Amino acid sequence: MELLGHLADGFATSLSPINLFIVLLGVTAGLFIGAMPGLGSVNGVAIVLPLTFIVPPSSAIILLAAIYYGAMYGGAISSILLGIPGASTAVATTFDGRPMAQQGKAGLALIAAATASFVGGTISVILFTLFASPLADVALAFGPPEEFALVLLAFTTFVGLGGDDVLKTIIMICLGLALSTVGLDLISGQPRLIFFDQPGFYSGISFLVLAIGTYGVGEILYTIETSKSSPTVTPAKITFKELKYGFKEMNKLWKTMSFGSIMGFFVGMLPAAGATPAALMAYGLAKLTSKNGDNFGKGAIEGVAAPETANNAASTGSLLPMLTLGIPGSPTTALLLGGMVMWGLVPGPLLFIEQPDFVWGLISSLYTANLAAVLVNLALIPVFVWALRMPFTVLCAIVLILCLVGGYAPSQKLHDVWLIIGFGVGGYLLRKADYPMAPLVLALVLGPLMEKSFRQTLISEQGNVMAFIERPLSGTFIALSVIFFLLPLLNSLRRLARSKTTADNPAE
Amino acid sequence: MVLADRLIAAALMALSVYFMWHASALPIGWEGTSGGPGGGAFPFWLSAIIFLCAGGVLVRSFASNIQDAGSYFDPETLGSVSMVVIALVITVAIIPWGGAYIALPLFLLWYLKIFGKHGWFLTLCLTIGTPIFLFMFFEVTLKILLPKGLTQPLFVPLYAYFF
Repeated sequence: MELLGHLADGFATSLSPINLFIVLLGVTAGLFIGAMPGLGSVNGVAIVLPLTFIVPPSSAIILLAAIYYGAMYGGAISSILLGIPGASTAVATTFDGRPMAQQGKAGLALIAAATASFVGGTISVILFTLFASPLADVALAFGPPEEFALVLLAFTTFVGLGGDDVLKTIIMICLGLALSTVGLDLISGQPRLIFFDQPGFYSGISFLVLAIGTYGVGEILYTIETSKSSPTVTPAKITFKELKYGFKEMNKLWKTMSFGSIMGFFVGMLPAAGATPAALMAYGLAKLTSKNGDNFGKGAIEGVAAPETANNAASTGSLLPMLTLGIPGSPTTALLLGGMVMWGLVPGPLLFIEQPDFVWGLISSLYTANLAAVLVNLALIPVFVWALRMPFTVLCAIVLILCLVGGYAPSQKLHDVWLIIGFGVGGYLLRKADYPMAPLVLALVLGPLMEKSFRQTLISEQGNVMAFIERPLSGTFIALSVIFFLLPLLNSLRRLARSKTTADNPAE
Repeated sequence: MVLADRLIAAALMALSVYFMWHASALPIGWEGTSGGPGGGAFPFWLSAIIFLCAGGVLVRSFASNIQDAGSYFDPETLGSVSMVVIALVITVAIIPWGGAYIALPLFLLWYLKIFGKHGWFLTLCLTIGTPIFLFMFFEVTLKILLPKGLTQPLFVPLYAYFF
């Protein structure tokens, strides 16, 4: 019951006119960003973050969370109307959303996507509310060894579950961590890695600079390359009759949607997994368990509902470890975390004790953001159809300008703008060679915490490395990390063994 | 594609050596009694891991005899991408001298009119509208001053009006 009291207090914050307005603004902006092909929640948050100085810190986080939410809804719009996923998280939505649009059922597909997103969002926000406090209570017992072990665990999930090339994933993690050490040594205060004696490096490399570089400039360069011809927009209109029919159809899909939501939420909590794999998994499972599984890929409404519930649920899920443990569950939440630190709010269990107004205000704003997103989404569909016709070069020009000015604004150094261009080009080249970007950004955000907790532990334990294993919680995390780290190795060994047996017995 | 993969791995190795050289300015070893690693240890050993892994990528590409599948750069769009990068570099280079309110509209003018081949109406709307929006948003509302270079004197009356 204490929980309901907290939530009620939270609603008192989030239902204030200013915060309601901010949520509405955020989800609308998020919907547009998500709907634009190539731009997803992470790009949106990276580009918009510098602009949020306009509102007080607690409202700024609500604004960013609302953008995150809106972008999750918006991704489906271009998946359905253009056949191009608006963000990688909406890839699975194209499988059935596009065929539906081609059969003239674009309106129904959009209704299905919006409703499914709403169901996924709502179920996962309820799960979030239930799990947040207990998890924060557990996390209160964390000392530096546990913090270090947890960050290590977050990184090893990329190696074990990320699905990208293992060597390239490790390179990106270490590169992010190494870049996070630029500036002044945490313990001794000595300058280190001051490249070319540029004074700009003394204050370190901001996560924002890396994020705007890779997810802003880099993304635009990548999209310029991949979008040679402009795609055709399928027209869509929504009438009240269709809306009623759509809701009736969706009412039959409760099993698919609740399953997608719960799975999405838990998959989303893992740093390496997140919304894209959650959506793909939900799609695959829905296809397996559905009675009309053969219709999947040919315009089945379930094929739109399943991934859309899962990707929204995953985005909420990834907020949980960020807020309670201070370990982001996705690149977007890594940016939210960086933003919070920038505004003087340190995520983690103490936040629940020191800033309960903020925490519960944010949690309750997820409920309002969810409701606002589904309403704005359905109401503005004609506007989206129109906006998707916007020439790509106009969008790119505006985003690039925002990247340059947004990168300059926080610390007002041209040095940062040069770095953004450098990271943009570097990120673009690395991404083309299949180097994953998410671990890089996560590593830069978590790097200082990792180094600090590691060295604090060793100083307080007089250099005894066993301190990490001797404590039960950190020992468990380390053991899990080792398992995740060895997972790809075991897999390749098994593959090797299998290929050997088939080579020995070619008849088999 | 294979060549690009090798070049990138080699570049990462070079970068990590550069990082290690920088990091070794601080103690990189174990500081016995005071406990724990020195200030340069974290960046040094992380760079060492990058060096090893990038080396692994390089060795792997030589060991496997995969056929070169596709090219790394799309020859059709490589020109557009490099043009945008060059335009960005020129834009930022102009900022200290000409200020943001000359560099950014010039970039927009080039991007929309020449690169995007849009009409004059759209180009001028955005080229003129964007700096006004930036001024109102950043300078008037947020009090974040953008660099102005030699256009500084032109802004004195505007500041007098708004502040």
